[in-house]
Amino acid sequence: MIGLGAASLVAAALGCLYAAAAALAGARRGDRRLVDSARRAIYAVCALLTVCVVVLESAFLRSDFSVELVADHSSTTTPTLYKATAMWSSQGGSLLLWAWVLSIAASAVLFATRRRHRELVPYATAVLAGIGLFFCGLMLLADGANPFARLDPAPTEGVGLNPLLRHPAMAIHPPMLYSGYVLFSIPFAFAIGALVTRRVDASWIRSTRRFALLAWAFLGVGILLGARWSYSELGWGGYWGWDAVENASLMPWLLGTAFLHSIMVQERRGMLKVWNVSLICGTFVLALLGTFLVRSGILESIHAFGASTVGGPLLGLIAVVLLGSAALIVSRLDDLRSERRIESLASREAVFLVNNLLLVGLCAVIFWGTFFPLISEALTGERSSLGGAWFDRYTAPLAIVLVLFTGIGPLLAWRQVSAGSLWRLMRWPLAATAVATLALVAFTDAASEPLALVLFSFACFALAALLSEFARAAAARRALAGGSWAGALAQAVARNRRRYGGYIVHAGVAILFIAVAASSSFQTSSDVRLRPGDSATVGDYQVTYERPTTAIDPAEERLTFGAVLDVDRNGSQFAVLQPQRNYYASTAAMGSGPVRSFFEGEATSEVGRRESAGGDLWTAMRPDLEPLDTMITGADRRLMRLARGADPADPQAQQQLSYLQGLAVRSVADRYEAEGLPIDLRVNVNPFVIWIWLGGGIAICGALFALWPAAAARRRSVSDVYAARLARDLGRA
Amino acid sequence: MEVVLAVILVLALAWFVSAPLRRRAEEDSAADELEDPRVAELEARKEAKYRQIRDAELDRAQGKLSEEDWRRADAELRREAIEILKELDRLRE
Repeated sequence: MIGLGAASLVAAALGCLYAAAAALAGARRGDRRLVDSARRAIYAVCALLTVCVVVLESAFLRSDFSVELVADHSSTTTPTLYKATAMWSSQGGSLLLWAWVLSIAASAVLFATRRRHRELVPYATAVLAGIGLFFCGLMLLADGANPFARLDPAPTEGVGLNPLLRHPAMAIHPPMLYSGYVLFSIPFAFAIGALVTRRVDASWIRSTRRFALLAWAFLGVGILLGARWSYSELGWGGYWGWDAVENASLMPWLLGTAFLHSIMVQERRGMLKVWNVSLICGTFVLALLGTFLVRSGILESIHAFGASTVGGPLLGLIAVVLLGSAALIVSRLDDLRSERRIESLASREAVFLVNNLLLVGLCAVIFWGTFFPLISEALTGERSSLGGAWFDRYTAPLAIVLVLFTGIGPLLAWRQVSAGSLWRLMRWPLAATAVATLALVAFTDAASEPLALVLFSFACFALAALLSEFARAAAARRALAGGSWAGALAQAVARNRRRYGGYIVHAGVAILFIAVAASSSFQTSSDVRLRPGDSATVGDYQVTYERPTTAIDPAEERLTFGAVLDVDRNGSQFAVLQPQRNYYASTAAMGSGPVRSFFEGEATSEVGRRESAGGDLWTAMRPDLEPLDTMITGADRRLMRLARGADPADPQAQQQLSYLQGLAVRSVADRYEAEGLPIDLRVNVNPFVIWIWLGGGIAICGALFALWPAAAARRRSVSDVYAARLARDLGRA
Repeated sequence: MEVVLAVILVLALAWFVSAPLRRRAEEDSAADELEDPRVAELEARKEAKYRQIRDAELDRAQGKLSEEDWRRADAELRREAIEILKELDRLRE
C-alpha cells in the first residue's frame, strides 16, 4: 500500500498545481467553471492527502520497516499510542500533517464560501493551493523529506521513537500546534484575495473570523500542552524556558490575539484596515517561521527534534510571503483608508488599539530575543544568546499592562463613554482591587515582589470587571424578561456568545497570568544530594529519601532508577513521591558496550509531583552513576568478548547474548538498589501552577463558546425585528 | 493491485474535478446563485451595523451609555443602517 500513498502524494501536488492555475485563469477570464473546478481540486487534494495519512499510519501500526520513516521513528516495542503518533515526530510526517490539515481547512472554507465572494475566492483558492503545492513539493523534492521513501532491504527492527516524545501531551501537542499554524493560512489567503481584488471591506473578515479564532484556540492548546510536557518531562522544573521553539509558537499566537481584537474594530467602525491585513500577514509569516525554527535547527532548542533539509526552502517561502504581502498592502493603501477616526480615548476601540500595541510590542521583544543569537553572529561574528532573565525583564511590564487592559476593555462601550458612566463602571472593580491588594500586602509576602503585586492587583481588577459585566448582563436581562438570576445570566450570555465568550477568555487569561506571576516570583527551589535515610528541608516541607527503586522494561529497552521520597509538612505526612530517571538503550551508543549503551543513550525524567490548588511540590532526581562505572565496564568487557566469539548468523547464540545482557543490566540495577547510592535531587515548591492549566483551559473553553454559532432562527428573528424597525423609520423619514 | 487502486482513485477524482468544465457556459446556472460582491459587502456592513445597534442597546441597559449618549449613537447608527438597506434595495432591483 506504500505505493498508493506515494502516488497519492504526487497526485496531490499536481492537484494543488492545477487548483492554483485554474483559479487564477478563472479569475482572469471571469469563467466560473474554472473556479468551481479549482475548488473541487482542493477537495480532491484533501482526499488524496487523507489517503497518504491513512497509508502512513497503517505502516506505523504494522511496523512496516520497509518505510524509512517508520524504521527511523518507531519499533516493534513502541507502544501503540506512540506508533500512531510517531508520524509527526519526523520531518516528512510533520510536513504531511501540515499539508493534510491545510487541505481540510481549505476545503471547509471553500465549501462554506462557495456561493459568496465571487471576486475574492479565486485568489484565496490560488493562495491556499500555492501553500499546499509548496509543502507537497517539499515532501517530494527535498532530501529526506519524502514520507514514503523505502528501505531495501528492510531492517528487522526500527530505531524507535525518541523517548522524550513518549508522553501523552506530546502525542497531541504537534497536531494542535500545526493546526493553529495552518488555520491562520485561511484568513491570510482571504486577506490576499481581498487586497488583490480591492474588496477590503469587512466581508472577508466575516467569512474567516471563525477560522482565525479556531487557529488561535488550537495554537493555545498546543502551547499549553508543550508547557505541560516541559514541566513533567524535561526535569528542569519549569514550564516555560523562553526556548526558541517555545517562542516561535507564542509569537503568532500573540499577533493572532491582536488580530482577533482589531478585526472587531474594522467590522464595527470601518477602522484599522491596514493594521488588520498587516497583522494577519505577520501572523502567517510567524506561523511559517515557527515551522522553520522547529525544522531547520538554525537555533538551538530542546524542542527541535529533526535534523532538517527543508530550512532553505521554508525561508524562501517566508521571504516570498513577507515581501509579496508587504508590496500588495503598500499598493492598496488608498483602498485601505479608515472610514472613521477614534472619537474618544474612553472607548472600546481605543482600548483595543492599546491592547494591539502591547501585544505587538510583546511579540517584537520576543522576536528580538529569539533571533538575537543570529543577529549577534551577523554583527559581531560571535553567537550569543539572551537568557530567561532578559525576556522576563522586558516582557513582564508589557504583560502587566496588558492584564490591566484585559479588564478595562470589556467595561467600555464603543465610540465613547462619558466620565460619569466611566466612574459608575469602574468603582466596584476598583474597590474590589483595593481590598484584594490590601489583603495581599497584609496577609502574604506578595509585597516582597513589587512587579508580581502589581500584576495580582491588575488581574484582580480584570476579574472583578468581568464579574461585574456578567452581573450587569444578568440584571439587564432580568429587568427585560424577569426570571431567576441564573436563568437571566444564561440567557444573556447565550444571546451574545461572541461578547461573553470573549469575556470568559479574558478571565482565563487573567487567572493564567496570576499563576505565572505567582509560580515564577514565589518559587522555592533547592538542589540537594541525598543518600537513603537522609532528609532535606525545602520551604515548609521535609523531604526524606526513603529508598531507591529500579525497574527494567525489556520491551521498551528501558532501565529506570527511582527514589521513594517521604514528604512531611508541619510534622505530618504530606505525600509519598517517586521521581525517576529513565535510561534507554541506544543503538548509536552500542559501540561503547551493551550495558553502557543504556547510560549514553537518551535519558528522561519522570518527575514526582503532588499538585494542589495552592501549589505543586515538584521533585526530579538524577542518580550518581559513578560508583557503578567499574561494574559497567567489567560487564561490557565480558559481554563484548562473548559477542566476538558468537556467530552473528546463529539466532540461538544471539538470543543467549541478549539474555546475558539482560542479566548484566539487572545486576547493575540490583547494585544501585542494594548499595543505596546518592542521588541529586531538585525540589521545587511552585505556587499556583495548576491554575496555569486551569486558566488556559477556561480561555480555550471561552474561545470555543464564542465560536459556537448562534441559532439561525434566533439570528434571523433579531434581524427581522431591526429590519422592521428600520423600515418604520424609513417610512417616517 | 496497488497500481489499479491508484489509477481508479486518480481517475475518479479527475472526473469529479473536471465536472464543472463539462458544463457549457450557458448551462452554467451556478453563476446565478452567486452573491454579487457589492451585495456581500453591504450585507457584511448591514450585519455589523445591526450588531452595533444591539451592542449600544446592551451598553445602555448595562449603564455604560447614558440615555443621552445612547439616543445620539442609536439615531446615527440607524441612519447609517437605513442607508445600507436603501443601497441593498437598489442593487437587488
